[in-house]
Amino acid sequence: MPHAIHTEALTKRFGNFTAVNGITFDVMEGEIFGFLGANGAGKTTAIKMLTGLSMPSSGIAEVGGFDVCRHAEQVKRNIGYMSQRFSLYDDLTVAENIEFYGGIYGLGFREIRQKRNALLAELTLEAVQNTLVRSLPLGWKQRLAFSIAILHKPRIVFLDEPTSGVDPITRRQFWETISDTASTGITFFVTTHYMDEAEYCNRISIMSEGRIVALDRPAALKAQFQATSTEDIFLQIARGKKEKP
Amino acid sequence: MRQTGIIILKEFFHILRDGRTLLMLFGLPVVQILLFGFAITTDVVNTRIAIVDPSPDPVSGEIRQRLLASGFFLLEERSPDIASVERAFRENRIKMAVVFPQGVQENFFRDGNAQIQLIADASEPNTATTLVNHAQAIIMDYAQQKTRGDSPPPGIQTEIRMQYNLEMKSAYLFVPGVMTIVLMLICAMMTSIAITREKERGTMELLLVSPVKPAFLILGKVTPYFILGMIIAAVTLLLGFFVFDVPVRGSTGLLSAITVLFVLTSLGLGIFISTRTDSQMVAMMLSMVVLMLPGILLSGFLFPVESMPAALQFLSQAIPARWYLSALKSVMLKGTGIETIWKEALILAGMCIFILYLGIKNFKIRLS
Amino acid sequence: MYGIEADALYKNYNGANALDGVSVTVPHGQLFGLIGPDGAGKTSLIRIFTTLLLPDAGKARVEGFDTQRDYAQIRSVIGYMPGKFSLYEDLSVEENLHFFARLFGTRIEDNFAMIRDIYLQIEPFRKRRAGKLSGGMKQKLALCCALIHRPKVLLLDEPTTGVDPVSRKEFWDILGRLKSQGITILVATPYMDEAARCDQIALMHKGRILESAPPAAIIAAWKRPLIAIRSGAPHSLLHALRRQPWTHSVYSFGYALHLTLTHLMKPSEITDILYAEGFNDLEVEKIEPSIEDCFMELIRTPEFPAPE
Repeated sequence: MPHAIHTEALTKRFGNFTAVNGITFDVMEGEIFGFLGANGAGKTTAIKMLTGLSMPSSGIAEVGGFDVCRHAEQVKRNIGYMSQRFSLYDDLTVAENIEFYGGIYGLGFREIRQKRNALLAELTLEAVQNTLVRSLPLGWKQRLAFSIAILHKPRIVFLDEPTSGVDPITRRQFWETISDTASTGITFFVTTHYMDEAEYCNRISIMSEGRIVALDRPAALKAQFQATSTEDIFLQIARGKKEKP
Repeated sequence: MRQTGIIILKEFFHILRDGRTLLMLFGLPVVQILLFGFAITTDVVNTRIAIVDPSPDPVSGEIRQRLLASGFFLLEERSPDIASVERAFRENRIKMAVVFPQGVQENFFRDGNAQIQLIADASEPNTATTLVNHAQAIIMDYAQQKTRGDSPPPGIQTEIRMQYNLEMKSAYLFVPGVMTIVLMLICAMMTSIAITREKERGTMELLLVSPVKPAFLILGKVTPYFILGMIIAAVTLLLGFFVFDVPVRGSTGLLSAITVLFVLTSLGLGIFISTRTDSQMVAMMLSMVVLMLPGILLSGFLFPVESMPAALQFLSQAIPARWYLSALKSVMLKGTGIETIWKEALILAGMCIFILYLGIKNFKIRLS
Repeated sequence: MYGIEADALYKNYNGANALDGVSVTVPHGQLFGLIGPDGAGKTSLIRIFTTLLLPDAGKARVEGFDTQRDYAQIRSVIGYMPGKFSLYEDLSVEENLHFFARLFGTRIEDNFAMIRDIYLQIEPFRKRRAGKLSGGMKQKLALCCALIHRPKVLLLDEPTTGVDPVSRKEFWDILGRLKSQGITILVATPYMDEAARCDQIALMHKGRILESAPPAAIIAAWKRPLIAIRSGAPHSLLHALRRQPWTHSVYSFGYALHLTLTHLMKPSEITDILYAEGFNDLEVEKIEPSIEDCFMELIRTPEFPAPE
């Protein structure tokens, strides 16, 4: 299987509003792929299609080799997902959250127990395993949510704005966790509106108004647009658009 | 399969840890069963009647006793004549009248033919039918017993007259009833949703931070629904008139006045509901559960209030819809004037002022 | 009298301290930034200033008026832009503007000069429903609606969150121009880089103000040497640096690593040590800290275990 993710002219329309307008790109295995763009550019809609949560209006999307329309179930079995709001249940304990998601991913009882204990040890959460998640500090919640997303060892993990509004240290801790995990071969597809986080990715794409306006390694894009930072790339692109007739 | 199991388990955790859901899950059905069980009764008991008996004698006496002992009827008055019976009907003091002829005993035993008139208030057609049937059964029973073995069997004929609704149209009951419920729901629900929608959107913050005084803010939000409510009332009446031949026998001015009171009361309820929650969904649910259910059951729309247990009758007095419906039917179907419905109008006015005051007072000028 | 004042404000929600003894003063006509992540208390603080929230303890004043007692006076002199730009999505740009003008008892024409520059940018879309505008345009419309009645004080709660970088930059240009008209502006933002555009900033974290000073002063207060290192293998370099005894802290900053040293060292010393660990082709230079560097140093307390 050549690509972890493959799309061709992927489009999503809501009535006469086109949220995603024919995007085409590939993500390699083991890559950390950054999906950048402002709110409303179409990032969340795109991720929803790739994770099988939303049907494309037209175009092709293959995740882990499976078509998202025809083989949505197989797609879901191979992916992990962590959304902006962390997908944890506030009124369940740490242990209960782990066990629940283990069950959802179809792991066996013994396996769930094993993974739960291993995870609690790794995150040093044993002491708080029976506390409700809502009392955990934000940084812990984030790491827990991330670990749960990879509990079943998926090949591809989707992270939808995982660091929104989070303080700078926790943000960086999170990205370090991603980098550490990526070295095990998992592919990461991350959306964010923090431009500086682009630098932590192998390749990035920038979405604007439903289209991909740039896609390459950060260093290459900076050279291409003669920009000093990712934010600057964005500004250069916007400037270029304004000058067009 | 295993996955289903874990989802089930998780759901139980959620339920047990959420006190409010638990209360609703158990509290609501219990309340509803009790309410439904006691309120929904097509039995009519303890209905107030009048008896006209120009020449009381053992026959009329015994029939009267049997009627009153049956549990279905309570004596409201011994009317001297038909005119006072009509007055009693107009003033909503009785639902049926039993009119004995002069010298019924002789008519019965000697002539073998007595005519007793039963007049029922058919503005509630179903109730009227039931009342008349009960009365007839009791009278016929009496006649049967008294003619054992005799020949030829003397009989009693009952002449039935349906007052106010000769053709026994159920529309006479439905149109005023539906109008009451619809007005209440629309005004209360729409108002509470409109206010909570602003809160959900976040624009309420901006309105609060402006120089607009809260009273005027509410006035501005609520006035369109007042106008809408009056229009709906008019449309319903017109539809009732043209499509179902339901008349408006009384003064339209009076009708409009009490409708205004009721609409304002419902709007007030909507405002009050919106002060209890920030969520549109909860507002809608509150409107339905707190207003619609008791409204339909306890306002006398479908089921006669007099036949309900005392506790529910007491409760029904707290429901504005009950007073409005009663006044509405009087004015529409019986053509009565303010002298009959002054009590309802006064109570409605009081409720209106109280609820509006409560709503405005509880309207938060800040975020909590 | 200050434009905005807060004196030992406390606010508790469900056992958590949203505001934990916050004091701040904003002189007239200043552009003041509340810088901090989610949960820092920025929204609670701004809501107290807009009189929408009462503190559990402490006092707040806007234009000399007490937020609890004199809220009516405050509400007539402030402009407010809540988070998520509360606009009427089913009304057009024009209709929104008209509504807010009338709400404040003024007409668009009266104060048009103030919003003219901004409005011209959204004017082509004046008949479009607000719900169909892009993030950047909603932002500008919300700002116009907040300015339409010529407020003395402008309170903006995260006006640039999630908006594209171009619009963000334009927005701050607009704020700069507004400041020159004498309006006191308080902006809450999670973006550290926007701090540089403020006259004075307060770094907020978990309900407390860590530092309140002009950006330059905060940067000048930085004590330790700060080095930026660019390399081809930032991830492994990060771990390697964490093992060094002379590393006070090291974090990723985009393509480079920001290394804070415990004591002054020459760049060549550093490259030599790292070369021995197998890292060549490094670019090492001493840099001035950014506000983000300062913020991170301030929140690095024992309760917040930074990976070492």
